[in-house]
Amino acid sequence: MSFDSFSDFLAMGGHGLYVWLSYGIALAVIVINLVGPVMARKQLLADLLRRLRREGNN
Amino acid sequence: MAENKKWLPRWFYQMASPRWCYEFCGRLLPWFVVAAVLLLGAGTAWALAWAPADYQQGNSFRIIYIHVPAAILAQSCYMLMAVAGAIGLIWKMKVADMVAKSCAPIGATIAVLALATGAIWGKPTWGAWWVWDARLTSMLVLLFLYLGVIALHSAMESENTAAQATSVLALVGLVNIPIIKYSVEWWNTLHQPATFTLTEKPAMPMEMWLPLLVMVIGFYCFFSVSLMLRVRNEILHRERRAGWVRTLLEKA
Repeated sequence: MSFDSFSDFLAMGGHGLYVWLSYGIALAVIVINLVGPVMARKQLLADLLRRLRREGNN
Repeated sequence: MAENKKWLPRWFYQMASPRWCYEFCGRLLPWFVVAAVLLLGAGTAWALAWAPADYQQGNSFRIIYIHVPAAILAQSCYMLMAVAGAIGLIWKMKVADMVAKSCAPIGATIAVLALATGAIWGKPTWGAWWVWDARLTSMLVLLFLYLGVIALHSAMESENTAAQATSVLALVGLVNIPIIKYSVEWWNTLHQPATFTLTEKPAMPMEMWLPLLVMVIGFYCFFSVSLMLRVRNEILHRERRAGWVRTLLEKA
């Protein structure tokens, strides 16, 4: 461990804002790139299923 | 025809089949998810808590563990997009077009991440969020190339024309990749030289360099997951009238 206490860890030697902001943006970018396609897949499957049912009823 | 002799390995032709590609990606996905979670989790903990602080930059140096993987990935993703686009142009391979299309939004967000973390790191290190430096500017051009590809694709009605036009744009923009790479050597710059080189020993001590390697591989795994998710969506959408998609939907 490079830090003595948890508050030291959060402070990052005075650079806490910069470090945590960077890691926060990274987390956001990763989440967007995973949740986006997963939601799109759900939407797409629902649309395709609806279309399939409609065609089946005709 | 003798000219039509299949001179490329079998997997190349299999990749051309959307159905095969959909199922193959589906089988690979869980492994890449596990690898990405493990590598990024361990890498982040290592980077934030265990790696030693830099003797000059202190703890702000820990931004490198996001910045360098993001910058490497943004460029790799661009190269993949251009190569997939070229394969789509030459062999009229639909799956390659779908890969190229799926690369653009991921690459754009990763380029934003590289630029944002660079700016945040620049503030405590150089005293400025942004300088019009060769490395930073060429990286900004990379982001604009991604945005251009996305805009051009959405402006086209037909998927095939859009794929052709964006492939040409991506291939022309490929010239920017060596410019980014050598910008720190060709011009005077504030930016430090490459952290990763294949030919030389790393300039960093091992206990700083190893977590970086873990993060870079972790970012590649995350990218693979995101790309495969997007490509699978694209395949389902473009093959929605195919029999196998119908059977898949009926089972769902």
